[in-house]
Amino acid sequence: MGDDAIAEAMRQINPHVVAAYPITPSTQVVEAFARFVADGLVDTEFVATESEHSAMSACVGAAAGGGRVMTVTGSQGLAYMFEVLGVASGLRLPLVMAIANRALNSPLNIHGDHSDTMAMRDMGWIHLYSENCQEAYDNTIQAFRIAENPNVRTPVLVAIDGFQTSHMVETLIVEPDKLVKKFIGEHIPSYPMLDIDNPVLYGAADRPDYYMEHKRSQLVGIINAPEVITQIGKEYGDLTGRYYGLVEEYRMEDTEYAIVVMSATAGSVKGAIDQLREEGIAAGLLKIRAFRPFPADEVAKSLSRTKSVAVLDRCGTGGAQGGPLFLEVRTALYEEKSPPQVINYIYGLGGKDLPLKHIKDVYLRLREIARTGERGKLVDFLNLRE
Amino acid sequence: MKKEKLKKWQELPIGGLILDMGNSSETQTGDWNPNRLVWNEDTCTHCLLCWINCPDASIKVEDSKVIGIDNYHCKVCGICVEVCPTKPKSLEIISEEVA
Ligand code: SF4
Ligand code: SF4
Repeated sequence: MGDDAIAEAMRQINPHVVAAYPITPSTQVVEAFARFVADGLVDTEFVATESEHSAMSACVGAAAGGGRVMTVTGSQGLAYMFEVLGVASGLRLPLVMAIANRALNSPLNIHGDHSDTMAMRDMGWIHLYSENCQEAYDNTIQAFRIAENPNVRTPVLVAIDGFQTSHMVETLIVEPDKLVKKFIGEHIPSYPMLDIDNPVLYGAADRPDYYMEHKRSQLVGIINAPEVITQIGKEYGDLTGRYYGLVEEYRMEDTEYAIVVMSATAGSVKGAIDQLREEGIAAGLLKIRAFRPFPADEVAKSLSRTKSVAVLDRCGTGGAQGGPLFLEVRTALYEEKSPPQVINYIYGLGGKDLPLKHIKDVYLRLREIARTGERGKLVDFLNLRE
Repeated sequence: MKKEKLKKWQELPIGGLILDMGNSSETQTGDWNPNRLVWNEDTCTHCLLCWINCPDASIKVEDSKVIGIDNYHCKVCGICVEVCPTKPKSLEIISEEVA
């Protein structure tokens, strides 16, 4: 299961501190990791907090202290952490947080969608989205390298789809403990508070004369991140054979119609593409792995060759002009000389299924848009009863 | 104290950290207050109760004698006024508009 894949990566990483409050569908990560702690397989100080707000607060403290730190949450738990998320990124703490994406209340729903992490998309964290258990494992390991890189020093979240990945049983290649240990290396803290010979102050107040300057300085980590994510993805690939970049292209070389999507649904889209290719339809996929910082150049380059594009958002619009991924993609294409037509579908909210038939229908509509030039409805829902 | 020189964003330590301890004397932390503390040299007995009780080290003392107020750091909390034993008090809070 995806949750176990993350827990297994955590066992190998052996963080100094894990502070967490379990929440469905990531409970299994915390349970499995607590077992590792009880069995003495890790040296981690495991803090079972009374809430997610406390969990993130404990992580901030532990990371400022100089530790390698991780937490796990999703949905309401992530929402409850909100206040402290900006503290972590503002203080440039190299935390890693695994998220099993889950819908936000109301109505209460424990199933997968991206509204939780999309709500924190501008909190200054790096976002990595995983398609399956293997990517969940691989991303968790790479996340530490990215977060702790001296040019980045920014918290990273690794997201998997709640249930579709968190509870999906599939084959997982677990790298040898030694290899993972060597890959992530020793944690070299920057200005650790526990270095009492060199005292520093964390969390000072700013008046208007400095706040904006500090926010600009914070951005440096995010600006440096794409290069580091790419380089670490390659280094990891050289070791394991599984390469990672900011985006992943699937059959995009000669694509006319492309879907842009993140996480588990990318797997279904690949299946639909293979079937459509048999029928002679030049379908392709652009999967976004790093949503923050948004890889605008890669997206523009990849999609500029296509005729029509559908962006699938697993998150509502909340009154915006479309889903969050759609807004990014469409903006990325604005500078293109002859950009493709771009439409947006909201799908899979609260764990709603997305059968292949619907994905194929999207491609057929994209073909129709390319043929007629008629874009039709800009934002629509997929697999909605109406 | 002359006007503090503001740093550019490139000059700031990572994460808004403060790396050098005891540097609040370099930053004008008290210049926002619309009220101001004034000291009356004529009635002051230099008992230094104000100096002992000030939480912001803003009573300036030299050779065991009060020489003035550091208005760039004084928060006008009034503690020193409270403890000053002279009658009338040798410390007074006035409104900046009056001053
Ligand atoms: S407490 Fe009053 S009298 Fe004593 S030193 Fe301060 S100002 Fe002067
Ligand atoms: S008003 Fe408060 S801060 Fe100012 S000198 Fe008096 S005790 Fe210190």
